Amino acid sequence: MIRIYAAAAVFYILLPIFYTIAFSFNDADKRNIVWRGFTIQAWLNPCEPIGICEALGNSFKVGITATIAATALGTMIAFALGRYNFRGRATTNLLIFLPMATPEVVLGASLLSMFININVGAGLVPVIIAHIMFCISFVVVTVKARVASLDPKLEEAARDLYASDWETFRRVTFPLVAPGIAAAALLAFALSFDDFIITNFNSGTVNTFPEYVWTASLRGVPPQANVIGTLMFVIALVSVFAGQAISKRKQTRR
Amino acid sequence: MAIAHSSSTEKAFAPAKKSTRTAYFLLAPGILWLLVFFAFPLINLAETSTKTPAPTFETGEFVQTFRFANFFDAFAANQEQFFRSFFYALCATLLALAIAYPLAYAIAFRSGPWKNFLLVMVIAPFFTSFLLRTLAWKQILGAEGPVVSTLQFLRILPSDATITATAFSVIMGLTYNFLPFMTLPIYASLDRIDYRLLEASGDLYANGATTFRKVTLPLSMPGVVAGTLLTFIPSSGDYINAQLLGSPDNFMIGNVINSRFFRVVDYPTASSLSFILMATILVLVVIYIRRAGTDELV
Repeated sequence: MIRIYAAAAVFYILLPIFYTIAFSFNDADKRNIVWRGFTIQAWLNPCEPIGICEALGNSFKVGITATIAATALGTMIAFALGRYNFRGRATTNLLIFLPMATPEVVLGASLLSMFININVGAGLVPVIIAHIMFCISFVVVTVKARVASLDPKLEEAARDLYASDWETFRRVTFPLVAPGIAAAALLAFALSFDDFIITNFNSGTVNTFPEYVWTASLRGVPPQANVIGTLMFVIALVSVFAGQAISKRKQTRR
Repeated sequence: MAIAHSSSTEKAFAPAKKSTRTAYFLLAPGILWLLVFFAFPLINLAETSTKTPAPTFETGEFVQTFRFANFFDAFAANQEQFFRSFFYALCATLLALAIAYPLAYAIAFRSGPWKNFLLVMVIAPFFTSFLLRTLAWKQILGAEGPVVSTLQFLRILPSDATITATAFSVIMGLTYNFLPFMTLPIYASLDRIDYRLLEASGDLYANGATTFRKVTLPLSMPGVVAGTLLTFIPSSGDYINAQLLGSPDNFMIGNVINSRFFRVVDYPTASSLSFILMATILVLVVIYIRRAGTDELV
């Protein structure tokens, strides 16, 4: 019973993704809403619609910069929270939680009001700043869970074997936390790459890929957008399954 | 994801001896970033909300007059959208819970070798653009799509009926878009349950339903609380689903804030509305967390 339910839920989750993939092969008219026949035309000329690849490039620029910065800053906070006692812990927890409890419109609007008040023009830099800000909390939560699940005895054992603090961190703690950091970085990239609302508030005339899709949806999204969506989906899926296979092999080798 | 462990276990993992200076060094850059680009903008937002148009009446020019009545005016003019936002968000949260809980349960306890594959399927939507998926729903539910034509063929829907541009399609879109945020925390808390506890319950002659009600469900509550928050909060502020899948009759508060900022260039009203939205959500979250009995938030 519950298996059938789960299968139905997975079908529901995948249905629009299948649609997105299928319509990248549509012999589309301007709107790409009705199926008109199979073609690989869009796959052969993915950059044909004006601005689409430029927008994609911007999304990568923002996503990669924001992921690196947010992962670094968030991991440091996660270690501080998971490994040290200090005053101001509750306030720190609150400051991490609040950005996640704030709707994106409010985050976007407040950043825009600040940039207007201090006369900073919208563009790619404000977008990167904003993305780092909202990714930090998600990185902290993900990495902190991993840090908290570590067995402190492992670190004690390293110290008993005369490892210095730095050696303990480099050879014991960090390798054990690394999968958590990798997961956090992936999450940060996914959140940044797909963000529309906060980006749209702060990007001005520059477009990211979601913004391109949004603008295009008013007159009809070209099938090339579906091509890019499909490619991202396939690349992400392959890398996730490859990552799982690698970690499985490592485990069996041990 | 969030709301995982109680504070007591956490302290056990944080040896007190280590120097707090290192802790502050680790915290400083990230916390500073959040203060400058999260807390400070909120102050700017609050400041903008009490401004009034400049005497020159130039578009986008406002002066600070501390007009607190802006909040009341903004709320009074957009009550309908406020209540609709929270109503839609509540419906979407309940629906997502109804879909996600059995799914997470099946993945945690009944999936066998399919576990990893199913988990990847749950996060699969993260890999395709949110907007493309919402546009795909517009196609699927649209007048030329398979759902409407099937229902019309079965005579369930009259031939001129539509599903898009209704409250149903907006709520469906919200449910769909935030489903992974509901499923993952519930799965995480179910997966952590020691299976021996369920066996022990069976040994004490509890039937399946009693075991679920008295053991499984209470132990999975942290995941349910985290999941409902991660679904409710973004849903209540969303405007994409209402814009793409709804009609102006379904517009939510996010749509109003967005158009006040960009189309009408009325920053004070947009800021007041944002502030009311955030304050309401925070109050609801605090009440909810108190009632659910979880104190540690992250």
